[in-house]
Amino acid sequence: MKLYVDIEKRLGDFKLKIKFETDKEVFSIIGASGSGKTMTLKCIAGIENPDKGTIRLGERILFDSATGINRPPQKRRIGYIFQDYALFPNMTVTENIMCGAMDPDITANYIEKFFLKGKEHLYPAQLSGGEKQRVAIARMLSAKPELIMFDEPFNALDNYLKSNLEMEIHDAIESYNGQALFVSHDRDEVYRLTDQIAVMEKGHLIEVGPKVELFNNPQSLAAALLTGCKNISSVERKEDGTLWAKDWAMKLKIAEFDGEMPRYVGFRAHHFEVTKEMHEYNVVPCKIKRVVEDTFEILVKFESAEGYIMTYALPKEKWAQLKVQEGNIYLKMPENKIMIFER
Amino acid sequence: MDFSPLWISLKIALIATLITFVLGIAAARLVLSMKRGKVIADSLFSLPMVLPPTVVGFFLLITFGNNGFLGQFFESIGMKVLFTWQGAVLAAVAVSFPIMYRTARGAIEQVDKNLLNAGRTLGMSENKIFFKVVFPMSRPGIAAATILSFARALGEFGATMMLAGNIPGKTQTMSIAIYTAMQGGDRSKAYIWVAIVMVISFVIMIMMNLWNDRQAKLSSHRRIS
Repeated sequence: MKLYVDIEKRLGDFKLKIKFETDKEVFSIIGASGSGKTMTLKCIAGIENPDKGTIRLGERILFDSATGINRPPQKRRIGYIFQDYALFPNMTVTENIMCGAMDPDITANYIEKFFLKGKEHLYPAQLSGGEKQRVAIARMLSAKPELIMFDEPFNALDNYLKSNLEMEIHDAIESYNGQALFVSHDRDEVYRLTDQIAVMEKGHLIEVGPKVELFNNPQSLAAALLTGCKNISSVERKEDGTLWAKDWAMKLKIAEFDGEMPRYVGFRAHHFEVTKEMHEYNVVPCKIKRVVEDTFEILVKFESAEGYIMTYALPKEKWAQLKVQEGNIYLKMPENKIMIFER
Repeated sequence: MDFSPLWISLKIALIATLITFVLGIAAARLVLSMKRGKVIADSLFSLPMVLPPTVVGFFLLITFGNNGFLGQFFESIGMKVLFTWQGAVLAAVAVSFPIMYRTARGAIEQVDKNLLNAGRTLGMSENKIFFKVVFPMSRPGIAAATILSFARALGEFGATMMLAGNIPGKTQTMSIAIYTAMQGGDRSKAYIWVAIVMVISFVIMIMMNLWNDRQAKLSSHRRIS
């Protein structure tokens, strides 16, 4: 079912102004906290009212400021998983699901389907994080929504739980009808769960695209940062026509550069290549400031001539080999791996 | 000794609390659902709490008296308010209402908004959400509000005196009996009524504390299983 959203809402100094549409896919909005993601979901669900605009789901108009249509949340048929699941603490698992299903047989069905047998008479406070999530999803789906939405459901969970719960949400979305709206600030989560990603910054969608494209080739600084690009520099053209990465203090050569100037260039920490000597283009001396040992890799923090801290990520074994070598290390950025954005 | 003031007081306070309970919660729901004029409505509902009871009594007398517009309405349905126990109930409702309203409102406001929103997205009506989620969750606060309202209704003096007067066996409550006894120089009678009021108030406080403990135990039980 096609969801069309084009709304505006002002909240003090903050202004939400977004427009997008999505159909038969998992669409996610990624953005820093306070960028307006949750507000967007609440407007779609009808919990908050936009100042103006239109929201349509399939043929149904849910909100339209021009004609004064504003369907209450009860009539929108949109499922919503809240950050903390919002289970009713005074009701048992069965009673919670009954609130969506409105029918004992359907409720029993969902209890079975979501592996909640034996837990029917427990209260939410007695359930584990995973069970709570299953109750929340069962309750939502039992109300037969036409669109389902998730608001950072893994926010408060530790990593171990996260991957299992993520799988369950994945299953739920697939068994449903495949269409869902997902909001998060975690790039990995979003990458694993969704098809289409929209990047949100200060109340605006600044980039929308298929996930692979967005991660490989972000068009905006915000998208680059949110997709985890560690090295970013502003860029200018020198008098002799060469490109100069200011923060990296490095002459640039970029593959397939068509002459249109970007404002920034970015380079992912994993893509550096080690060389033994300095080169005129795309090479920086690796003046190490600090070496951070991460779970499965080493993060080498080094300083450019401009004092900008850059990051080089490499496997631990490779770092061990590199350490025993003598002489200075230089790092090369392959010209096809340099990203340009904000032209 | 004539114990009628005790029974009159209990009857008036019980009926008044019942009415206040319904009106106070309804008012709390109304104000919380208001988009505009919240401050004005809230101030209006809370006013009897800060006004001297005699002023409340004065206004009640004006509206429910023989010439007052509500007084005439009640008279037309055959109910007399002035100098009757019904009048005393009215006075007790007026002074205990703000306590019920404010405490209930506080308790209702404490309920996580996302729970209400979740109910709405599940298609539950506003009434169903209130009775199945909001009310059960704010029950400890509402119970406290009810007990405080009852205590206030039981002790009411000023407005009752103005509206219902001091008719022994009819509208003379315990508070008024104490006043009358002291006025008449009957100290020993005053002592007895003071003692009875003290005992009732103390029992109310103990019951409230016991109930709070039980609630705390119940909810922790739900948590640990």
